[in-house]
Amino acid sequence: MIERIPILRIGKFLLITIQVDMHDQLAMTLQDDLTVAIEKTGARGVLLDISTLDVVDSFIGRMISNISAVSSLLSAQTVVVGMQPAVAITLVELGLELPGVHTALNAERGMAMLRRELPEDEVDASRRQ
Amino acid sequence: MQVADSNSLDLQTEPDIVKARQLVRQFAQTCGFSLVDQTKVVTAASELARNTVKHGGGGVMTVDELRDGTRRGVRVKFEDQGPGIADMNLAMTDGWTSGGGLGLGLTGSKRLSNEFEIESSPGQGTRVVITRWK
Repeated sequence: MIERIPILRIGKFLLITIQVDMHDQLAMTLQDDLTVAIEKTGARGVLLDISTLDVVDSFIGRMISNISAVSSLLSAQTVVVGMQPAVAITLVELGLELPGVHTALNAERGMAMLRRELPEDEVDASRRQ
Repeated sequence: MQVADSNSLDLQTEPDIVKARQLVRQFAQTCGFSLVDQTKVVTAASELARNTVKHGGGGVMTVDELRDGTRRGVRVKFEDQGPGIADMNLAMTDGWTSGGGLGLGLTGSKRLSNEFEIESSPGQGTRVVITRWK
């Protein structure tokens, strides 16, 4: 069985909610699936919800960085939302501060951030969808 | 100091890293660790379990619940029979990686633990022991 993390499309954005304790292969698959999804949908933003992740180690952290960097090259901005405070404290002590990764406290603020970043001419198109 | 409880887990494949996290979490909860302390020791164990699987060619993790007077703690030991570490100083440098990773596994897990011991020599495998006290 191939496990996959679902990628949902909402207008110009893609929504990913990680709800399982991720093993490494699942993280790699997500990264690949997301690039395909961005290309196919022309999405301009990615909301990555990690609120249920109670551990982010260096591998998962790198996956989050990579997703953000790759999306950015494909002209979609990533916002990571819902990081648990204990995870944030641990990441800093681990030495992984995820430079260049945009974060928001929760999904609502993250979505607002993505909307703000959307070029003016695409805002209407986004509303129509 | 006494060992109140102990459990071990074979680390051979990537999904075993997830199981390792769950087992260490269980011990940390039993010891009454705060959420932050649980997260730190589980994250450290995750880094070391990945090293065992990816660099050590698989091995065994042993988790102990420690009691020292009124103090409680979790000790996690990782042992493999892999190629070992040739240059320990280099391996314990932030950002140095033997390939693929970010080079934070050993140094990061040391920072996340109260006690950290490592023994390794080329061809003799690697043994890492971390302890976190409540």
